[in-house]
Amino acid sequence: MYTTDMYEGVHAETVSMAGANGDTINAYLARPLGKGPFPSMVLAHHMPGWDAWYREISFKFALHGYVTISPNLFFRTGHGTPEDVAAKVRADGGVPDDQVVGDLAGAMKHVRALAESNGKVGILGTCSGGRHAFLAACRAPGFDAVVDCWGGNVVMRPDQLSPKMPVSPIEYTKDLSCPILGLFGDEDTTPSPEQVNLHEAELKKHGKNYEFHRYPNAGHGFFYYHRPSYRQAQALDGWEKVFAFLEKNLA
Amino acid sequence: MCTLIAEKIRVEGSGKGTNGWFALNQANVSYDHPFNAPFEHALNIDFVNEAQGLSARVAVELSASAARELVHTILSVLDEAEAGGHLSKNGQGY
Repeated sequence: MYTTDMYEGVHAETVSMAGANGDTINAYLARPLGKGPFPSMVLAHHMPGWDAWYREISFKFALHGYVTISPNLFFRTGHGTPEDVAAKVRADGGVPDDQVVGDLAGAMKHVRALAESNGKVGILGTCSGGRHAFLAACRAPGFDAVVDCWGGNVVMRPDQLSPKMPVSPIEYTKDLSCPILGLFGDEDTTPSPEQVNLHEAELKKHGKNYEFHRYPNAGHGFFYYHRPSYRQAQALDGWEKVFAFLEKNLA
Repeated sequence: MCTLIAEKIRVEGSGKGTNGWFALNQANVSYDHPFNAPFEHALNIDFVNEAQGLSARVAVELSASAARELVHTILSVLDEAEAGGHLSKNGQGY
């Protein structure tokens, strides 16, 4: 817990890192100052892009003592404002799952190799980033905890599958090798409460260590203070659950 | 991307973006998260010219009801233009 007599410092900057297929992509890296050792977090940004909210929460995690990296998962689409880049990705039907998993695995390796790392790495994502975080935690060995915040399309219909998204992520549940925390709004449609039920049943079936919380009077994106979807009480409780979960699994 | 509902069509015309007018050649239509409109999902239209870069984009984000009303209004205006002899048989304006 922070007290006003403590020294506190964070260094945050854009860096280059090796992503899928060894490609160099950029990332936002926020590091608590000090020798550590510190646990680390990888943040999988949402559909609206590699935007200010993700830089802000990278800083927030660093303030809480986590070396935090948020890779630009839309790097290969080109550069411009986060909205212009994300609009192009939206029109193109997203980015390939294999590529995202490779980029997130690269981010995990990048922070684990830092001198101040305690060796533990978690991953969190919101919206499409929640889906990507879950996919990475299932398919890229080495994550120690995953937080899925209202990840849509974890459960996909066959007609929604595409060359970029060839497998419904729920099919990978059996391969999940770390504890998972899920936060969902009961009024959400992506994922719907029924889809969250299916995901929870699959986790239970495979004996996974999971913790799902569903919030009434909340829909999609209830952490986003800059959107009408923000729900103050649910967001505060959700953040508390995130940091309690990470403290338990990454400290 | 969360809804996976997005389509592209070819268009011709002009749009006014942040750097002034440019030639449009594509419209990207989606029903997904908007960047600015105060809805969880919106009918988003991006009029673009990808050859001119990602910033060559004119964006609108509409509620579903507004989008339907817009479609009806566009068709109504075109019908009126056609009835007034302002459109050729191939749909091009005179």
